[in-house]
Amino acid sequence: MSVPLSLLGLIEREPSHGYELKRDYDRYIGPGRSLPFGQVYATLARLARDGKVAAGEAEPGSGPDRKRYAITEAGKRDVAAWLAQPIEPEPHLQTVLFSKVVIALMLGRSAQGYLEIQRAAHLQRMRELTEVKRTGNAMDALLADHGLFHLEADLRWIDLTEARLHALKEMVQA
Amino acid sequence: MRSAALASRRELGSLIEGREIVKSFGETLALRGASVCVEPGEILAIMGPSGSGKSTLLHCLAGIFTPDSGQVWFEGQQIDQLGEDKRTRLRRTEFGFIFQFGQLVPELTSADNIALPLLLNRSPRKDAYRKAASWLERLDMRDLGQRRTGELSGGQAQRVALARALVTHPRVLFADEPTGSLDSLMGERVMELLVALAREEGTTVVIVTHDARIAAYSDREVLVRDGRVTSPATREIRGQ
Repeated sequence: MSVPLSLLGLIEREPSHGYELKRDYDRYIGPGRSLPFGQVYATLARLARDGKVAAGEAEPGSGPDRKRYAITEAGKRDVAAWLAQPIEPEPHLQTVLFSKVVIALMLGRSAQGYLEIQRAAHLQRMRELTEVKRTGNAMDALLADHGLFHLEADLRWIDLTEARLHALKEMVQA
Repeated sequence: MRSAALASRRELGSLIEGREIVKSFGETLALRGASVCVEPGEILAIMGPSGSGKSTLLHCLAGIFTPDSGQVWFEGQQIDQLGEDKRTRLRRTEFGFIFQFGQLVPELTSADNIALPLLLNRSPRKDAYRKAASWLERLDMRDLGQRRTGELSGGQAQRVALARALVTHPRVLFADEPTGSLDSLMGERVMELLVALAREEGTTVVIVTHDARIAAYSDREVLVRDGRVTSPATREIRGQ
């Protein structure tokens, strides 16, 4: 859902060719998650069909698409509405973490052991992201921070769950 | 590269080893047989919830507390058996310390505070202040050399504390919640500095923290729970 609106936002900044949009999306929006050219052009076709962008005349030159796309008033309204809305907070109540703990307790296996290896795995990933932050630019640091805070939240949940294992065990084995 | 370097250092044996350390304060049993190894050149995080005994473990490894039972070894020397004078000398010459707050003398200037460990080790005054100035330069704090540390911001004070801890070129830096009084961004900057300087100097670091984001700067972590080290160092020791 956010790819078409991100592309619309890039087009609102300035009318652009498909290859320019892919380049800027990969650089600013999705470092490490490169957008395939095919998805860019398919998305542009849909946006043009829905009246969100207007395609200019094909320009001379080689390459698959030499059209420059400009945003329409309808497209601008979509971008403004998108930026004004919070994203859906996801409580992640049924995570794999939670399921593994419950199943381990039900089976009489070591939920504590699982949580310990999970903690070590989380910390190892946090080390990798910290290294990215230390050696990367400001944008890398922001993305790494986002991952670090989510992993930290998981770790706090792991700590609290360890403290509650006894009560949880009584509940699932009742 | 880093893990390969650490692996080769591990072959040389532990720099510090705590074996089955027990320590109580009155009726309170803080450590119940804690064992941990610290390898040369590594940055080890000691994690655990409040009251788990992680700070007590650091103080025992650093020779500040004497265990009720168990042993603490540093470079093949059993330091818990040393007299107070020898342990004090060891702490001054081989170890550096950085705490959450309180280690600087607020009435003295930044330069005074950094020079202090050298002066206590009977270094010539001129030499001590020359080294202090060099550290202030290195930390980009030369303008704050004559400022009393009581007038510094939290982040500035921790950078001075870091210089003071490293000015004697200690083999081991013991850090107890060194960023605990700082906001997230300043805490990160202090940690980046601490890690960079420790690696440049080849200093082994033992850092106590409850904060996973701080522990993520370490090479390895151990967890203290109810006075015991529960992962992964205990397993390594038991596996020997």
